[in-house]
Amino acid sequence: MKYKVEYLDPEDLRKLQLDRLRNKALQVYNNVSYYRDAFDRARIKPDDLQTLDDLRILPLTDKETLRAYYPFGMFAVPMSLIKEIHGSSGTTGKPTVVAYTDNDIKVWSEVMARSIACTGGTYLDIIQNAYGYGLFTGGLGVHYGSLELGSAVVPLSSGGSKRQLQLMQDFKTTILTCTPSYSIYLAEYAESLGIDPHETSIRIGILGAEPWSDAMRKQIEAVWNIKAYDIYGLSEIIGPGVAVECEGQDGLHVWADHFLPEIIDPETGKPVPEGQDGMLVITTLTKEATPFLRYATKDIVSMTTGKCPACGRTMPRISRIKGRTDDMLIIRGINVFPSQIESVLLEIEETEPHYQLVVTREGALDELEVQVEVDEKFFSDEIKVLESLEKRIKREIESLLSIAVKVKLVEPRTITRSEGKAKRVIDNRQI
Amino acid sequence: MQVKQISIFVENRAGRLEEISGVLEKENINIRALSLADTSDFGIIRLIVNKPDAAVTALREAGFTIRESNVIACAIEDKPGGLHRLLKLFADLDVSIEYMYSFFERHLEKAVIIIRVEDPEEAIQILRKGGAELLKAEQIYAA
Repeated sequence: MKYKVEYLDPEDLRKLQLDRLRNKALQVYNNVSYYRDAFDRARIKPDDLQTLDDLRILPLTDKETLRAYYPFGMFAVPMSLIKEIHGSSGTTGKPTVVAYTDNDIKVWSEVMARSIACTGGTYLDIIQNAYGYGLFTGGLGVHYGSLELGSAVVPLSSGGSKRQLQLMQDFKTTILTCTPSYSIYLAEYAESLGIDPHETSIRIGILGAEPWSDAMRKQIEAVWNIKAYDIYGLSEIIGPGVAVECEGQDGLHVWADHFLPEIIDPETGKPVPEGQDGMLVITTLTKEATPFLRYATKDIVSMTTGKCPACGRTMPRISRIKGRTDDMLIIRGINVFPSQIESVLLEIEETEPHYQLVVTREGALDELEVQVEVDEKFFSDEIKVLESLEKRIKREIESLLSIAVKVKLVEPRTITRSEGKAKRVIDNRQI
Repeated sequence: MQVKQISIFVENRAGRLEEISGVLEKENINIRALSLADTSDFGIIRLIVNKPDAAVTALREAGFTIRESNVIACAIEDKPGGLHRLLKLFADLDVSIEYMYSFFERHLEKAVIIIRVEDPEEAIQILRKGGAELLKAEQIYAA
């Protein structure tokens, strides 16, 4: 299926974006106090946005903004129009909340359908969806896209590798959607069971929710004998389906008719020249329930505009994620902020918030070890007391993050202090 | 009657115990008894030394996490059945033991059992009445 809008003349695309931006600005000005204040402080009215560049006068919106308005303070429509609410990792114990109207679900379905189609998927495909279903947007995003495209979706959700492989063989699924590291793990697991991944019917992998490299792509494509495509998204914008690779596998097309991208210097806030690295900022042009102007993704990318030499689409392309402007970690597709761990430790009276996170990749999967310093105030002479504390920390972190972690008690001051400030994260993954 | 015990938290990594013994050697402190409880990640070393206060200061300065606690020291005959008689006394008097370890005291020609109980003071009163040979801290430190 071809979506004509993806081949729009750049001038027509800009017109469409500006038209939608002005509508969106008016909606948020009238319905979201945060944005009304932002316009007022900038001494402009929505109608003053005469070009796309005029948007730059407005401040950025980020996770901190959403936290300040938790849970529903950023909603731009009444609850009666909300059809679905999702959340992603917040910087503390509370999630970042986003919502969808009927039309938002339609848009999400459309951009995900376009994303699947962009990788070569069609209504004839059987999609094995191994992204988690739940508050996390990954599972449902692919699900809606598949419904829209007319493919058959098998909602397996994450985990359960044995069943994944069983149904992959029995159903002859043709597209695998999951994190890139899980696709490697699944292939290795298949081999350990005597199943040859080449013998399966999988032909395409639509992989995302964590950073990966071209080296990993080569490995995945070789082990499965498939084409593997990077997909990008974040719940604050819509979920998966914000950008995806085409057959050129050279940058991810941003569906800029719905999501207006800017690349800025995270220090100065100024736009960076085309092709240079900067922070991706996205304005949702059509989102109704939780529209955000200039949402700071904190992801570092570069952007290329112009017609794609591989597929002919005119939608701008962003590079793979090259880094983050904050200390967010992505562990098995789940976003983790060191501050979340800190909030758990602060709630446990016995512990001091002296901790360090060590991330490693064991085989294909990420492992997160939380090292907590043993302070004299809670150091017990009894092993069982320390072990039960260790278990409690583990339980509480796991319940907040929804991923397994290893907790290790360590001696004080063994955690490296750098420049007077504790170095919180040691990432030993080779991606 | 209570004897000072020093417990030290140590991560399981090569050379860590050697650092502790190094600190004690430098301060000219003699280890009278030692026990090590361990898990897969960490351990707790329990020490009875001749100069507990100096040892605590030096170990803290060296960056170790320390806890001081009181234990009791019982002398027993270094003969078959010696420990059994002591433990039977504990059982009869209903004093429960959290952990214990032992060493041989050459001046007394006896085995010394270091015992951690929940309430050392109370246990001392009960055990003394029961006829256990409890050693004074000085006897342990000085020898």
